[in-house]
Amino acid sequence: MTAAVTTERSRWRIAAEQSLALAIRSVRNTARDPGAWVPPMIFPLVLAAIYGAQFSRATELPGFPEVDSFLQFILPASILQGVSFNAGDAGTGMATDIQNGFFDRLMSSPTSRLAVFIGRLAGAIVFSAILATVLVLIFTVFGAPVQGGVVAALALIVIAAFLAVAIGGFSLAVAIRTGSSEATQAMFPLTFVIIFVSSAFFPTGLMTGWYQEVAEVNPFTLIVNPARQIALSGFDWGDFGQAMFWIAAVSFVSLGLSYRAYLTRLRRS
Amino acid sequence: MPSAPLLTALIRRAVTRMIRLPAVLAPTVIMPAFFITAFTGSFDGISRVEGYPTDNIVNWVAAFAILQSCAFAGIGAAAAMATDLDTRFIDRLLVSPMRRGLVLLAPLGQAAVRALIPTTIILLICVLKDASMPAGILGVAMVYVGGMSMAVVMGLLGLGVVLLIGNIRAMALVQVISFLVLFPSTGQVPIELMDGWLATMARWNPATPVLAMTRQGFLGEISWSETWPGLLVIGGGLALFGAFARTQLRRLDG
Repeated sequence: MTAAVTTERSRWRIAAEQSLALAIRSVRNTARDPGAWVPPMIFPLVLAAIYGAQFSRATELPGFPEVDSFLQFILPASILQGVSFNAGDAGTGMATDIQNGFFDRLMSSPTSRLAVFIGRLAGAIVFSAILATVLVLIFTVFGAPVQGGVVAALALIVIAAFLAVAIGGFSLAVAIRTGSSEATQAMFPLTFVIIFVSSAFFPTGLMTGWYQEVAEVNPFTLIVNPARQIALSGFDWGDFGQAMFWIAAVSFVSLGLSYRAYLTRLRRS
Repeated sequence: MPSAPLLTALIRRAVTRMIRLPAVLAPTVIMPAFFITAFTGSFDGISRVEGYPTDNIVNWVAAFAILQSCAFAGIGAAAAMATDLDTRFIDRLLVSPMRRGLVLLAPLGQAAVRALIPTTIILLICVLKDASMPAGILGVAMVYVGGMSMAVVMGLLGLGVVLLIGNIRAMALVQVISFLVLFPSTGQVPIELMDGWLATMARWNPATPVLAMTRQGFLGEISWSETWPGLLVIGGGLALFGAFARTQLRRLDG
């Protein structure tokens, strides 16, 4: 019994060490490739700057949330956009590992299967947290600070980090299933579409027809709305819990799909 | 061999290849539908802002969706040139006694044909969304003129970049340029509703007169005052990017 418990603990410790090693590799690879982290930083900022100046009058519309500027409204959308870029990179990295044989070498070694997932997602998590921090700081400089100070800002950063897991899971699923970085990158437009059909860029209350109905049930809306509430009104456990609940729900689906693709690939090899 | 039949054959080859590759055709069909649906769906409320020129956002934004989609169509045609460079088809063309200009005209012809697809799709969606067209058939024609010329202009830019850099990854750069040109313009709101710096940028943005030219049929009658600035910009783009692409082709030809 004692030996079995010790063996079990050793197995978990080894898995943790392997996860850490692969996580460091993932973070290092992403850091070395500016093409992986510069667009997620720049594109949301450019779009926020343009939309902030284009739609400033929209904040006067009846039904628009109480904000000082459109820039303040769009902060969670910018974070979401950047996270979707980063999360996509997790899948692209996995596809590259499959294409160059590193994945097969890992599978033929006594590496923890969980470590492979954690390692790949770690880069997305770390860079999403950094991205969220940078965006919060830049938006503060440009007159759209997070109300509720450091606690609310930290909550947004945590939401961003876990959101990377939720979106990254889908990217990993495509990467493992196809083994193709081109196919994985082709997912980005789909993510972009799903973000658009949500409350990320405009309140769903000001949309009409079927578009409004779809946007209201979009999981991104259910995540962005409480995150925005935190940004505008300060930290609240209810809002934080709601955002994290829906992130967990999406992660359950996305990681489930990626794990299923993983098992299929292992059976085939 | 006479130029016209050869040009027709090259354009037909390019269009046939586009139709046979779903991965190439799909974005040309899907992205326009996305642009018009997303921009009008998400930002529908903007049309209720005081001073917005129309009560149906589709009337304003359709031109933006058309020009963005046609820009991508033009870039896609240039991407086909990148494939032809990789497979050495361009080399075979250059050692043949054909006129050098046809090497550029063929993908531009493809770009213009390709632009018909997103333009038509968006116009059909506009009909479904109760867009108005007071200018009638002339307004529709102006939409096609704007879209096809945008495709050709961006196609020329794309061709120049492909011939300069020599591979398809260059297309990502051209796509970013098209985004950066079209977004800070009057694509989604008129200048009067923009904040200071963006209003200045949109005023000087060459895309703004092209948008105004393409859009005018949705808002009223076609007028020369709304048309000539757009034609001037298109002419300037054709001249500038045409010279760029021709220079790169000469460099390739040695």
